[in-house]
Amino acid sequence: MENEKYLQDLSEIKQMMHRSSRFISLSGLSGVFAGFYAILGAIIAKILISRNRFNYEDFSAFSEKNLNNDLIFQLLLLALVVLILAIGTAVFLTTRKAKKNKQKIWDSTTRRLVINFFTPLAAGGIFCLVLLEYSLIGFIAPCMLLFYGLALIHASKYTLGELRSLGYANLVLGLIATQFMGYGLYFWALGFGVFHIIYGIWMYNKHDRKSAL
Amino acid sequence: MKNIISNINKAFDHRIRLGIMSVLMVNEFADFNTLKELLGATDGNIASHTKALEKQKYIKVEKSFINRKPNTRYLATEKGKKAFQEHLDALEKLLSKDISIEKKKK
Repeated sequence: MENEKYLQDLSEIKQMMHRSSRFISLSGLSGVFAGFYAILGAIIAKILISRNRFNYEDFSAFSEKNLNNDLIFQLLLLALVVLILAIGTAVFLTTRKAKKNKQKIWDSTTRRLVINFFTPLAAGGIFCLVLLEYSLIGFIAPCMLLFYGLALIHASKYTLGELRSLGYANLVLGLIATQFMGYGLYFWALGFGVFHIIYGIWMYNKHDRKSAL
Repeated sequence: MKNIISNINKAFDHRIRLGIMSVLMVNEFADFNTLKELLGATDGNIASHTKALEKQKYIKVEKSFINRKPNTRYLATEKGKKAFQEHLDALEKLLSKDISIEKKKK
């Protein structure tokens, strides 16, 4: 009898430590959606690039002559749309999940997660714009993967720990991508698309479906 | 056996107090409302249990104003962290001992 009480105490302590320090409502399904948007975006980017009749494969690390301001504007716009769609879906699905589990959405754990995720990401984003400024186009895709991976690893301390695996995968992929300069778009689609979908399905099976039943 | 039980701290022998200490162990600080929501307790409940823990010098209370609204935040002291860790170790030891006795019986 006594033991049961102590056992319960211990499990409650554990749960309280977890719940108060980590944001645990992150939806797995939103990862799947983000992946789809990324692949769709990559396909559209590919079409845009080939329509402008230049070869992405020609892109070396440094190529000024191929730069076309219209195309760059279109690609930036496309990237922005993909980003907004992915974040919007994630916010929507996560809010729904938190509501279903009667957890608060905006509290100190959420704030901590958001700050810690977006700081490295914003630094990476600005750095990528600098690369664009100097026409180092070939490095942009690997850099996005690298910084995204670092942001995920950093954020995983404040939410579900499994996010770290996705971070490492993107980090390694980003480093590999630096060695295959012309194929940035494919690496980008693999990292932001395929990896997200695999991770999303994994997380959905592990956390979401159980609680939905 | 005796020394194991002596490590179990009476100050933590309540669900709410355990909860308060657990939250303060892994967070830098927590304010009154956060504790209230996390533990699902009433105002008076939290107030009296934090007071009890404060009396033991296990937690520290900081009062300040955020936009003219009073805000109370709680922090675990070094003494409190140490005491709580000892309490946890004692609980775990007690349980593992009992489990091994049960296994022997079987």
